[in-house]
Amino acid sequence: MALTDKEIKKLSHLAKINIDSKDEEVVLSKLEGIIKLIDSMQKVNTDGIQPMSHALDITQPLRVDMVTEENQKNDFLKLGPESNENYFIVPRVVE
Amino acid sequence: MKNLSLKELNLGLSNKKFSSEELTKFFLNEIKTSNPKINAFITVDEEKSLQQARDADKRISQDNMNELTGIPIAQKDIFCAKGWKTTCGSKMLDNFYSPYDSKVIELFNQSGAVNLGKTNMDEFAMGSSNETSYYGQVRNPWNLDFVPGGSSGGSAAAVASGMAPAATATDTGGSIRQPASLCGLTGLKPTYGLVSRFGMIAFASSLDQAGPITKSAEDCALMLKVMAAHDERDSTSVDHNIPDYLKNLDNPIKGKTIGLPKEFFNDDLNQEVKVILEQVINSYQKMGVNFKEISLSNSHLSIPVYYVIAPAEASSNLSRYDGVKFGYRAKEFKDLEEMYLKTREQGFGEEVKRRILIGTYVLSAGYYDAYYLKAQKIRRLIADDFKNAFNVCDLILAPSCPSTAFKIGDKTEDPVSMYMQDMYTISTNLAGLPAISSPAGFINKMPVGFQLIGNYFDEATILNFTHQYQQITDWHQKNPEDVE
Repeated sequence: MALTDKEIKKLSHLAKINIDSKDEEVVLSKLEGIIKLIDSMQKVNTDGIQPMSHALDITQPLRVDMVTEENQKNDFLKLGPESNENYFIVPRVVE
Repeated sequence: MKNLSLKELNLGLSNKKFSSEELTKFFLNEIKTSNPKINAFITVDEEKSLQQARDADKRISQDNMNELTGIPIAQKDIFCAKGWKTTCGSKMLDNFYSPYDSKVIELFNQSGAVNLGKTNMDEFAMGSSNETSYYGQVRNPWNLDFVPGGSSGGSAAAVASGMAPAATATDTGGSIRQPASLCGLTGLKPTYGLVSRFGMIAFASSLDQAGPITKSAEDCALMLKVMAAHDERDSTSVDHNIPDYLKNLDNPIKGKTIGLPKEFFNDDLNQEVKVILEQVINSYQKMGVNFKEISLSNSHLSIPVYYVIAPAEASSNLSRYDGVKFGYRAKEFKDLEEMYLKTREQGFGEEVKRRILIGTYVLSAGYYDAYYLKAQKIRRLIADDFKNAFNVCDLILAPSCPSTAFKIGDKTEDPVSMYMQDMYTISTNLAGLPAISSPAGFINKMPVGFQLIGNYFDEATILNFTHQYQQITDWHQKNPEDVE
């Protein structure tokens, strides 16, 4: 399946990764190589096969709804590129 | 102190032949000498390591030691370690100092091991040559013009060059076994769920698994003893009885059966690798092991299936790197949307971006069924092949890699040719099975490994068989300085 320029733009938007227009052609050709590789699955008959999402047949464990860790708010806020004492700061989104 | 086994180091420490501080200084000095040419470490923090060593010496003087107390271990830079820069090989995390310990680091700390430093790796563990690291190429200690493999290339190169006695690593599609094979080491990928993924930076969560890279099966057993533990903070960690891996090393293997997948031993197999595998088979036959042909008829689909599932999971996992809560943020942007777009464009390397885009593609509307669901169905067929095989054999023998290490730069322009490096390792990640790579010889002075794949949670048998092979061969004792 060949990718179009429009699809590349859509992928860039969905993945939130800017693709410089001068790199578009190279990105596209390498992605197409990979899509060709994964397309080889299509000839396999998988009718009636249960999809396997996980290696082990386990269910999500539950635990008591209790706080187990101390509050590390300040440590985590310090990691942000921009923060004040209570919030991570991002560019204004509402006028 | 160089080239001693973990057991010998433990003995030296407990007999007070040397202290942990002396031992740690010795390896830090080896790093100073060798790392500039090999580039196996991203971060070394002498003061932190030496403090841990002094603490270990205190424990040793109080006779409160276990197998790894006081022994310096190199940690792959994918494991969060409190106060240590933890980069995952990416510019995105170049300024990230972890506020907490991963479970693996916590377990090593509890055992009194010394963190010797954080090892280089392919960015976010995506690569087979260590060429995608933001921190530069790692070089293969056996020949500096060659790659050490990846993604745990730094861990493998650190051990192979004698800069560390052992290292941790992770394996999503072969990232422990392939570098172990290419660097002449023993590398074990445990069963999915045996080692906690808590604090291990996520690539493909249904495939990622941590394990050791060491010089021998015995060292692997010692490391796994520390690493394997149930952890409530990882919902996929399995509460499984952990056997005494060391005790099982000397179990008799006579009369046991190893399966040979006919799909791996066909005309596509590199002839020189085939000769080496035949010698391995011969060694086991001498020990009374039987061989039986088995079929893994869907194994050829492993690479396409993996390159749907792993990028799909990665595209979801890596969506957290948005320049808001931690990590890199672009300097110039006009609004929030552009901040995301530029942060991720500048913070991620080419291969990581490629995999996020592929993952986004296979999960996007209209393609989900054709790719993601299809891959999950074939994943079941691949896992079922193994289930059937283990009805007639105890272990499966396979090549570790299609060849020995390749030259730096040889495969960087063609991602698909790089992906083929993992053709013999990926199917076990999809099935969740444990597997090891052990040294088995040399081709043109470069090491070659073989792979033993075991049934779920049967690491003890894998280590037992590998140890027995290493009792009658000495490939695992060879060092780069032995090569003329």
